[in-house]
Amino acid sequence: MLTLSLILIPLIAGIVSLSTKNNSAKQLALAGSIIELGLAIFIFTQFQANASAQFSFSYPWIKSAGILFAGAIDGISLLLVMLTAFLTPLIILSTFRQPYKNASAFYALILFMQSALMGVFTATDAFLFYLFFEAALIPIYFLAAVWGGENRIKVTFKFFVYTIFGSLFMLVALVYLYYQTTGTQGHTSEITAFYKLALDAQKQGWIFWAFFIAFAIKMPVFPFHTWQPDTYTESPTPATMLLAGIMLKMGVYGVIRFILPIVPLGLQTWGTTAIVLSVIGIVYGSIIAIQQRDMKRLIAYSSFAHVGLMSAGVFSQTLSGVQGALIQMLAHGINVVGLFFIVEIIFSRTKTRNIEQLGGITQRTPNLTVYFMILMLGSVALPLTNGFVGEFLLLKGVYESNIWLGAIAGTTIILGAVYMLRLFQKSMFGNKTSFTEHFADLSFSERAVLVPLVVMVFWMGLYPNSFLKLTEPAVSNLLQMIHY
Amino acid sequence: MLPIVLLSILGLVVLFLGFQKSKNLLLPATLLVLAIVLVANFLHWNDTPSLYFKNMLFENKFTMAFSGIVIFSAFLIVALTRGFVDDESAQPAEYYTLMLFSLVGAVMMIGFENLIMLFVGIEILSVSMFILTGSDKKNLRSNEAALKYFLMGAFATGIMLFGMALLYGATGSFNLTAIKGYVMVNNAPSAMLYVGLLMLLIGMLFKVSAAPFHFWTPDVYDGAPTIFTTYMSTIVKTAGFAAIYRLLSGSFSGIYSFWWMTLAVITVLTLLAGNITAVYQTSFKRMMAYSSISHAGYLLLSLTALTNQSQSAIVFYSLAYSIATISAFGVLMLVAKETGVHSYENAERFEAFNGLGKKNPLLAFVLTVSMLSLAGIPLTAGFWGKFFVFSSAADRGLTWMLVIAILMSTVGIYYYFKAIIAAYMREGELGAIKVSPFYRLILIATTIITLVFGLMPDFLKGLV
Repeated sequence: MLTLSLILIPLIAGIVSLSTKNNSAKQLALAGSIIELGLAIFIFTQFQANASAQFSFSYPWIKSAGILFAGAIDGISLLLVMLTAFLTPLIILSTFRQPYKNASAFYALILFMQSALMGVFTATDAFLFYLFFEAALIPIYFLAAVWGGENRIKVTFKFFVYTIFGSLFMLVALVYLYYQTTGTQGHTSEITAFYKLALDAQKQGWIFWAFFIAFAIKMPVFPFHTWQPDTYTESPTPATMLLAGIMLKMGVYGVIRFILPIVPLGLQTWGTTAIVLSVIGIVYGSIIAIQQRDMKRLIAYSSFAHVGLMSAGVFSQTLSGVQGALIQMLAHGINVVGLFFIVEIIFSRTKTRNIEQLGGITQRTPNLTVYFMILMLGSVALPLTNGFVGEFLLLKGVYESNIWLGAIAGTTIILGAVYMLRLFQKSMFGNKTSFTEHFADLSFSERAVLVPLVVMVFWMGLYPNSFLKLTEPAVSNLLQMIHY
Repeated sequence: MLPIVLLSILGLVVLFLGFQKSKNLLLPATLLVLAIVLVANFLHWNDTPSLYFKNMLFENKFTMAFSGIVIFSAFLIVALTRGFVDDESAQPAEYYTLMLFSLVGAVMMIGFENLIMLFVGIEILSVSMFILTGSDKKNLRSNEAALKYFLMGAFATGIMLFGMALLYGATGSFNLTAIKGYVMVNNAPSAMLYVGLLMLLIGMLFKVSAAPFHFWTPDVYDGAPTIFTTYMSTIVKTAGFAAIYRLLSGSFSGIYSFWWMTLAVITVLTLLAGNITAVYQTSFKRMMAYSSISHAGYLLLSLTALTNQSQSAIVFYSLAYSIATISAFGVLMLVAKETGVHSYENAERFEAFNGLGKKNPLLAFVLTVSMLSLAGIPLTAGFWGKFFVFSSAADRGLTWMLVIAILMSTVGIYYYFKAIIAAYMREGELGAIKVSPFYRLILIATTIITLVFGLMPDFLKGLV
């Protein structure tokens, strides 16, 4: 019941705020997301750190086909549920100074998105997972396409078609797997039933690709990333935060949940290819990020590079690789949302995102500089910040699987430092420019967004065990299931 | 077989109502008739399947479900006519009667047990459609469309009749069950049977606008008054598919290996022709015509697979498709009227929807849901329609066709989203459109049905 409430609360809050007048929608959405956060924290405290799925619910949904409306939370789900519940109120809060036209629809869509994401991370029925996976796309499409920048129509449409195209392949794989299962009353679509299937290597090969394309587009992994930088740049910042902070994690989560346990033989054949593609993404994304002038675009490419490392870690099929990916999903979500928010703060005051035109902001607002610096250092994986733990584990995992690839993936730390420090230096230090001359200090609501993020950066950096121990049993259980 | 009797008698009543001075009575009367027929249709729901009229017609849950879909669709479409009050040259009594009579044909096509009944049913439906297509007498486009439809339809009828004759020659009967018996007993049926089946199929595939027999569709759909286009693209198609399904599963499942490849090629051609050509359309109405061809392709996919699930898949798909199409055309009619009755060309382009979301949020939402459903996006009925169709194809192992169908549904998203993009993301001069309460109610109803079946597909799937 608790799990179901996670899906329902934002849905109901969204419907209610849709029917309110513009001004109250904002407060209502915030209230709804805070209630949701409270529930998530309650689940967090009640959660037993073992491999079993907890707080499960299950209702027959399409009886004739044996499809269930079922969900549960295990360690892996919990982390992502917490991430979603934590970031959404901050994303809503980050919009408080920004007037959005037709606000009630705007906030309702954010909440619908949250509801769908919760569904994705908790579904235990494959078709329900698929449904939420797709449903998450509709609110974000409208958020990006209605409230976005100049090229939004073309860019977001490419994004929409691209991701739907990928997911349809996953649908074929799911339908195929569904027909391979045998339950007491015909076929079943429970994910755990898929784990028990032992398909031959050739079949696993094509199922691997069907899943891989779907998740690789979502994450995105090279060469499926072409939709990403444009979409991130053209979307309104709250939508970008949702995309980068939470939505791309659906891809990584899908790999952990579906590819690892269901097609181990496919993974054996194609896993290295997947890691190579991910590693190419890391280096390629970082190099492009170094050359960007637009702050938003720079962070978009950095996000592409970071997710490449997560994907490489998961495909390494090692405990530290998967654990690292999970912790990095959390860390990256926090950092990237913070960074995009800082870009938005700078943009809203200076009307430019070009780092060549910025400079000297430190002199105006030392506060912002400190927050920015902490988030930036988290992003470049300085020890004692959240980014370090994940990146260390990920690199260890990739290294265990292939030394050379591990070494190349390791360049992410150097390249990351290059583009992030350059961004920080050019925008914060140096002389004031005509754009930054009258840079106002942070407002209360802006601080309210940044402080929790910074607290999390340190909590995860100093005491990562509080998160690692939650996921460990579930991850090792999952890895044990990978039998060739 | 109550619907056939009731529709024939009450259709005449409506025709005679036309002699009254007050034309306002016609719309409620027709709706009442359809409501009665809809209820009557389901009266025998739990009875055992039975034959009527000296084994000429058959009735079971499948035929009742299908009759239900066409009657319900007709109800919704008639409700959207607004009594033809805007059009001075209209003759509402005749239109309504023709619609009711054509339903008799549709119900016959769905429940035929004898090929003669199939023929009669198709002709009743088609002749009504020929007339209704040309009902906008002063419009050249409408006239041309009617003539085209009539000539092509006549050819198709000829081919189909020839096919039936050959089947009779081969099997000695027009009866579905008798033909099935013949097919089962004879291991090597005569060539006459094969040729007969193919010709019969060609005639019927023409009616549901499957490629390569689809060339009439865009012109006719485009030329006919929108309300009758809606009627054609939902009711004719639904009845046609029910008939093809009954024919193939009822008589020819024994020689699946003979016809499946033919049907597979036609399916793929239909999917390609419908979807790819739809991309290039600038007129929303023409796009919907090609979209209707593409949906014929998905339905054919399930027919080609012909598994145990095909039956419920076709029922579900037909309903989802019909409801979404009615929604879409319902919005188009309002918008086209607003942007200019006199210049059809501009009124029915995608640009007509520009700025719809701002001033008419309800209409924009109805349009969006219908487009999402036609594109097969989750949480709408259309998604489950596609899902069931795809899964029957997967069950039969038609993977290569499935891949083509999936690629084509991605293409589909492209043209359906043109309407959504126009409604929400482009600026337009469209003012607030006045929608009568009843019209609004119908549009809300179709939208709710689409969403409810999107969330709880089992509601319908479990029935048939």
